[in-house]
Amino acid sequence: MGVARYIKNKADAVEKVIYQSGIEVKPFYGPKDLEAAGFDYEDDLGDPGQYPFTRSLHPQGYRSRAWTTRQYTGFGTPQETNERFKYMIANGQNGLNVAFDLPTQMGYDSDNPKAEGEVGRVGMAVDSLQDFEIAFRDIQFDRIGSGLTINAVASVMLAMYQATAEKYGYSKETISATPQNDILKEMIGRGAWIFPVEPSVRLVCDTIEYSVKELPRCNPVSVCGYHIRESGATPSQEVGFAFEIAKTYIDNLTERGLTPDDFVGRFSFNLNVFGNLWEQIAKFRAARKLWAKLLKEEYKVKEKKNLFLRGLFGGGGSGLTKEQPENNIIRGAYYGLAAALSGAQTTALCSFDEAFTIPTPRAALLSLRTLEILMEEVGLRDTVDPLAGSYFVETITKEMEEKIINEMKRVQKMGGMVHAISSGYIQRDVAKQAYEFEKSLQNGEIIKVGVNKYTEGEQPDVDLHEYDDSWVGTQISRLKALKRTRDNREVNRSLKALEKATKSKNNVMPSLVDCCRSYATVGEMSGVFRDVFGEWDEPCLF
Amino acid sequence: MKDKKRIRILIAKPGLDGHDRGAKVVSLALRDAGMEVLYSGLHQSVDLIIAVAIQEAVDVIGLSIMTGAHLPICARLMKELQEKNLTDIFVVAGGVIPKNDILKLEQMGVKGIFPGGTRFEIIIDTIRALF
Repeated sequence: MGVARYIKNKADAVEKVIYQSGIEVKPFYGPKDLEAAGFDYEDDLGDPGQYPFTRSLHPQGYRSRAWTTRQYTGFGTPQETNERFKYMIANGQNGLNVAFDLPTQMGYDSDNPKAEGEVGRVGMAVDSLQDFEIAFRDIQFDRIGSGLTINAVASVMLAMYQATAEKYGYSKETISATPQNDILKEMIGRGAWIFPVEPSVRLVCDTIEYSVKELPRCNPVSVCGYHIRESGATPSQEVGFAFEIAKTYIDNLTERGLTPDDFVGRFSFNLNVFGNLWEQIAKFRAARKLWAKLLKEEYKVKEKKNLFLRGLFGGGGSGLTKEQPENNIIRGAYYGLAAALSGAQTTALCSFDEAFTIPTPRAALLSLRTLEILMEEVGLRDTVDPLAGSYFVETITKEMEEKIINEMKRVQKMGGMVHAISSGYIQRDVAKQAYEFEKSLQNGEIIKVGVNKYTEGEQPDVDLHEYDDSWVGTQISRLKALKRTRDNREVNRSLKALEKATKSKNNVMPSLVDCCRSYATVGEMSGVFRDVFGEWDEPCLF
Repeated sequence: MKDKKRIRILIAKPGLDGHDRGAKVVSLALRDAGMEVLYSGLHQSVDLIIAVAIQEAVDVIGLSIMTGAHLPICARLMKELQEKNLTDIFVVAGGVIPKNDILKLEQMGVKGIFPGGTRFEIIIDTIRALF
């Protein structure tokens, strides 16, 4: 059984099924349920590729193009990461999804005392353009798109990506990058924030505005319900909160004089796949529809392609367990199935050893193979949205829509997303739910195989990715050498210009690209932001 | 010993890691178990954690670490506590902690090690048993 509440009678028969989002499931569904839900084919579904895109963004779905697979990759120094990138590409992966270590995500150089113990640990260490040059050596920038999983300093990394591509002879018009760049979700879950809420939102929107004007193939923000869900939110909150976050960015950009049709086509989403299969499918279908409707009705978006909810549906980290870790291989396959049945455009799976640490190459490859099997062997490319018309799936898709709208209204009542986060309300809500969930798991109300049922006692060891202490030394000595050999006058000049842009209302991106070209470090550029903006004082409400 | 006293515990997130689900969930569980719980918030340095522990006169520091950096962080904290003569503050740790590291942490003097998924009652009982 999945992440749902099952109430049983004495004979162990299931009497009630309640999904996390609060949907109560009936024992069977028929035409009357669709009627009661007010289901209408044209209004609620439309053909695949037709508004409101509940069924699919494209008329042919996976027939015209299978999903893009983007396993999250990166560790150690840029050299190790470059090797792993090439290994995954050689094995059929068609996009990159770059993991950065925590010092980089937090805007510190590898030699900062705060970076101690963390250099290269959960992702690759990046101090300067030099590191990107190594990490992306021999990567075809015009053919391989890269997700850059970084938020507080996403602007810095996008600038660095552009500067690297240009250095290797690719024009900025040909490169395709998706910086995650969703700082508001970091403040709800995941926690890699630096600056206070408002300047953080400004940086996100500077990046989006710059991409709209200068980087035609980049998708400058990936709004992440994913991590909010990982932190304890329900599937309907995951989508509802993500939409309210997206609206915050849209409103900031329209205040700058842009019209939504100019930029919303560049938004993408990152949503989670673990949990009850049917609830996830209903969630994705409802989300595509609601997003299209929201943009069309509220933001008067006209261009059809701008109404698409594009994104990565994948991951599933919270569904994995340390107990009986091989079970995670099976779980991953079902999470992949949920993504495929939901028409995921891009996907990735957490690897079975990720409940322990970042994956070994073997485990990462196994995740990729799982996704390849779904597309190539099992029949998920056969027809678009195969579950459409199911009495059950269509009824709960309608119900999910309502649940998502209710969550959005709750945030609006809190005064919008910026206020809900600044005050700590949302974080408190999510933490409470995480606690309730954990209690249900511990008292057996929610079943997790190998954790609270069918347990095995002592666990076998799994081979894990090992952190290599020598990476720190390599990284720091390269950084020191760089600081000696670069043109430090040029670095100072570019950092001064960045400071000026940061203090003004001008877009910081051109100055950042300039700083990257001069080999200013991530710590130096982030330091400018730290000086001007200060750091966020997180509300700790309970 | 202190069984009538309410145990005061500081749940702290040292270092740069921002995954606070576990820290918050455990904070709520300990609070429901009758302890006085302070939560540090994210991105705390070892020095700051110790300063808060002194200022708030806590009995226990509970570290939550998800990145794999638990060995260097705990070593630092234990050393500083010793140097400052604060050995009456107990230290426990939770998070993504592989089996092989549990003994190493115990040898440093960490009094309770709770890998992800540890049952609340084990955490609560272990902490209570320290007093």
